[in-house]
Amino acid sequence: MRGGSLWQLGQSITRRLAQSDKKPLSPRRHFASGADLKKTALYDFHVAHGGKMVPFAGWSMPIQYKDSIIDSTVNCRVNGSLFDVAHMCGLSLKGKDCVPFLETLVVADVAGLAPGTGSLTVFTNEKGGAIDDSVITKVTDEHIYLVVNAGCRDKDLAHIEEHMKAFKSKGGDVSWHIHDERSLLALQGPLAAPVLQHLTKEDLSKLYFGQFQILDINGSTCFLTRTGYTGEDGFEISVPSEHAVDLAKAILEKSEGKVRLTGLGARDSLRLEAGLSLYGNDMEQHISPVEAGLTWAIGKRRRAEGGFLGADVILKQLEDEPTIRRVRFFSSGPPARSHSEVHDENGNKIGEITSGGFSPNLKKNIAMGYVKSGQHKNGTKVKILVRGKPYEGNITKMPFVATKYYKPT
Amino acid sequence: MALRMWASSTANALKLSSSASKSHLLPAFSISRCFSSGLKYANSHEWVKHEGSVATIGISDHAQDHLGEVVFVELPEEKSSVSKEKNFGAVESVKATSEIISPISGEVIEVNTKLADSPGLINSSPYEEGWMIKVKPSNPAELESLMGPKEYTKFCEEEDAAH
Repeated sequence: MRGGSLWQLGQSITRRLAQSDKKPLSPRRHFASGADLKKTALYDFHVAHGGKMVPFAGWSMPIQYKDSIIDSTVNCRVNGSLFDVAHMCGLSLKGKDCVPFLETLVVADVAGLAPGTGSLTVFTNEKGGAIDDSVITKVTDEHIYLVVNAGCRDKDLAHIEEHMKAFKSKGGDVSWHIHDERSLLALQGPLAAPVLQHLTKEDLSKLYFGQFQILDINGSTCFLTRTGYTGEDGFEISVPSEHAVDLAKAILEKSEGKVRLTGLGARDSLRLEAGLSLYGNDMEQHISPVEAGLTWAIGKRRRAEGGFLGADVILKQLEDEPTIRRVRFFSSGPPARSHSEVHDENGNKIGEITSGGFSPNLKKNIAMGYVKSGQHKNGTKVKILVRGKPYEGNITKMPFVATKYYKPT
Repeated sequence: MALRMWASSTANALKLSSSASKSHLLPAFSISRCFSSGLKYANSHEWVKHEGSVATIGISDHAQDHLGEVVFVELPEEKSSVSKEKNFGAVESVKATSEIISPISGEVIEVNTKLADSPGLINSSPYEEGWMIKVKPSNPAELESLMGPKEYTKFCEEEDAAH
């Protein structure tokens, strides 16, 4: 790219991202002509608000609006942010056996979840690696609602469908519905609850982190989960797509402009500050939930019984210790980015960065990556290679920014 | 300047796609935005201001706009040499890394140390306070092959229209 245009590389990235998602689309989605990108129900709304649209996982999504990514990231933690995450895939599993069915595919103790509560979990493969991470909610014993990553939609749905067919052929009662008629919005930050309270009669002070409710918000029936991807208190709201724009407008108006439309650029900075993994970077097919630091997500009963794909590998790692571990870093110099090598103080390679960047709230470089077990302790000094030059860094405790989840005292 | 993107699912080219978003951008791409008079430009989006025996180098407004907020700048030392079309440093924005390519050859006689604490000067003042290095050109004839302001503006427009 020496002396080449700024756009040449951008073009090749676009092509790669667009190609990764070439499948038949559901009726409610629109096509962006020429570029083959899907549009959410808020596409025109984003553009009208100054959204800079970029291709992401086959969709045209706002990376930022008129304010800078840095300002946007800071504003989320001071006031609040509204994200369009309708590119993510929401689905419901129903039937008498939906709980045991899902347990064959994820590490969570789904049976043990109280109705109306959910959790982060991991879909595993036969080798104990992660197919995707997902927030699952047991609505009732016969209804599970879950959200999977946009970039993994096709892979996850094919995986679930294949296993569902096999499960049903043995007499299991499970069916699914993919919520393409709905759009997911995420409202995060200190103003999330006060603002949303203006739009619903239900008492949100009784809805704690990880809990779920189906309720009327701004005149339409929404699925509400008190969860998010920023570390702040907040909600993910699944609204019928024909009401998505009205809901977005209402939220922004009720906050008197303090809650801002926020794009994927800030969303990535926020999740990194909260120490949350991004599937595709910090978690992949060959990385197990144990290595990724998600042992807490493997239910106790599941550790004893197994029964999910790759259980033998994962249970062994729980016994013996994994060979690599996900850790967080601070570093000096240029921000460490994905694939930067991590060395010990003597220059021996001990790991690799999987995500990194500049933290607008902490005003320093933060990163996540994997290092050999034994080298993963808090405080360990490392050298991170950026463009071939080593820069000082150290392993630090997680998360970088304290979480503010709404939990009962 | 070559834009090197890191393989992260969310690190995308700060690429503007639809005509709708372009109309939001069009006022920004007026003549005055793309250049500052008296400067020469490389097709890798660096500018050079040649005054007497000193040439000052930085990146253009067009470049900083597409890069986004700069968080870190890597510059060479004083007394080191730069060569035409070879990279001499890097600019890190929130989402991307970009190499800076020298439009001319020469010896670095001064480096803008303000950029260490205030890398954002490249965004707010790309032609004035955001200057990067001052060079004693070893071959002034190299300046002749660079673009003038009108040519550069046209170059930017063609590049943007091409995607």
